Amino acid sequence: MRITPAALEKVALSPKTNKKKSGFLKEVSKNRVLFIMMLPALVVLFLNNYLPMAGILIAFKNFKFFGRNFFENFYKSDWVGLQNFEFFTSTPDAFMVTRNTLAYNLAFIVIGLVVAVFFAVILNEVRNKYLSKFYQASMFLPYFMSWIVVSYLVFALLSEEQGFVNKNLLPAFGISIDSLPAWYGDPAKWPVILTAVNMWKFTGYNCVVYVAAIAGIDQEYYEAATVDGATKFQQIRNITLPLLTPLMIILTLLAVGRVFYSDFGLFFSVTRNVGALYDTTLVIDTFVYNALRNMNDVGMASAAGLYQSLCGFVLVLTSNLIVRKIDPDKALF
Amino acid sequence: MSRNDSLETMNSVSPFWNGLFNILFTIYSIVCIVPLLLVVGVSFSDEKSIITGGYNFIPKVFSLEAYKWVFKSGDTIVRAYGLSIMITIVGTLCSVAIISMFSYVISRKDFKYRNVFSFIVFFTMILNGGMVPWYKVYTNLLHINNTLLAYIVPSLVNAWYVMIMRTFFQTNVPDSIIESARIDGAGEFRTFLKIVMPLAKPGLATIALFQTLGFWNEWYLPLMLIEDSKLYNLQYILYKTLNAIQYLSQASNVSGGTAEILAKLPSETARMAMCVLAIGPIILAYPFFQKYFIKGLTVGAVKG
Repeated sequence: MRITPAALEKVALSPKTNKKKSGFLKEVSKNRVLFIMMLPALVVLFLNNYLPMAGILIAFKNFKFFGRNFFENFYKSDWVGLQNFEFFTSTPDAFMVTRNTLAYNLAFIVIGLVVAVFFAVILNEVRNKYLSKFYQASMFLPYFMSWIVVSYLVFALLSEEQGFVNKNLLPAFGISIDSLPAWYGDPAKWPVILTAVNMWKFTGYNCVVYVAAIAGIDQEYYEAATVDGATKFQQIRNITLPLLTPLMIILTLLAVGRVFYSDFGLFFSVTRNVGALYDTTLVIDTFVYNALRNMNDVGMASAAGLYQSLCGFVLVLTSNLIVRKIDPDKALF
Repeated sequence: MSRNDSLETMNSVSPFWNGLFNILFTIYSIVCIVPLLLVVGVSFSDEKSIITGGYNFIPKVFSLEAYKWVFKSGDTIVRAYGLSIMITIVGTLCSVAIISMFSYVISRKDFKYRNVFSFIVFFTMILNGGMVPWYKVYTNLLHINNTLLAYIVPSLVNAWYVMIMRTFFQTNVPDSIIESARIDGAGEFRTFLKIVMPLAKPGLATIALFQTLGFWNEWYLPLMLIEDSKLYNLQYILYKTLNAIQYLSQASNVSGGTAEILAKLPSETARMAMCVLAIGPIILAYPFFQKYFIKGLTVGAVKG
């Protein structure tokens, strides 16, 4: 710690600091204002993040309501050990939601990476810089729409009653009314729809980071390559892509750390939480929501939630450890 | 970007590839924008033409009935709009204040416990209590469900924004300035408010925009925590209407509620009109938004 004049002054003048105190309390009284400045955020984090972490223990209880007070309910509910987990794992849903969550996330990561890097690289080659700004702005637009708005857009396209696709687009190609697809009734269609919607919403966002990284590449590499007679495509292959690789690896690893979590809005709102589609659309997050709010099964919901938290915890730690090996600056911690 | 112009032209793709890239991007740009136009098109259509002809981009019969209905439908939708605006403003201001104060302290190299407190924030990125305990804390312990606080408190602090701001303070506010303020006799808080904050304006603008967007687009919190229909924000009314078109007629305080009045309700077009009204402010602010977003993302990704 660097000793600042003000700190010295305080040590000399303040009678409080002369008393013998433990290191932390001494620091609190010396930097009172700084601690007060941190207080609001600490209170929010405690309520919003740390209390729920402690509440993970609900998963080992048969949680019942005795009154309005959480602690009372928690204390009076019986410990049931791993019973909730046994219930959860004995349902066929446990495997299904895990499969869906992991499969969607892996697809999003792989396709997202390829599309974002591809677009970023070729966006950089568009000669007209005004046009390239315009393209980037339009690609980024979907990111700003809420999942509810996105659900409206998907509904306006795919609705079986009035949807543009069934009412106007497919009939224009001569498809008879009897063979029109029932979009909200056929689970087989949704892996493609959800992947497309997810790409639509996030490609612009994902692209920005790579565009910035490409802009940060030293131009001398390209100048030297041009002097040596390398074509533009050779430059992309041998300069741009190799220099982007560390960033690609890091962003991918960070995403892999989160494969047990899904975008609740995509799977809940865009699918309109239609039961007929669950086979391919139910993920851990929406399963927990349905168990908690629709079936009122706190035990099942908290068991599934804890399963997600623990798998997520292990994966984030592992992926972060690898990221730190590659580039300590990019690691979360 | 300081590029040599002659080298630039020499070192670019051939006109053929340039043209192909432009075509590709034009198509993709259309893909990004066109779904929004569908909703706009439906909202300006006549209800009957939609029922018979389905949703289409260009209204077969142009009509402003849907918008007239939305504004005449009584105070529910107008109130939801007002509520969304208020939550966005109050939430963003509180959040930016809280995040910036915290990030400033943990950015100070002379603050002994900065690593401990940084860890307290970053740990929330690693472990998550999950939906059930979180829900129980708000509904069973704090009892702020069904109040406006439920829209704001859960979104106030976000570890990612704390990281962005901490990095921003570290790179843009030199220690010497803080020190000289102290020598001049300014207290910690005064230094923060008068000297550090003005220097951090671009960073503040970035997280303020992130949060504005977040609060405006919020629908998950009312889904979880709000049951009182008087406290629904715009996005949540939209959500309700998508799943049950009758919700619109319930939400409107048209008295009587007879079949005749329900029949007059342009429900298909009215909900699309509401959707357009929810997108409107974002489109208006978009040029501004987009610029700062890109800056913010770049700060977070490259320096974070």
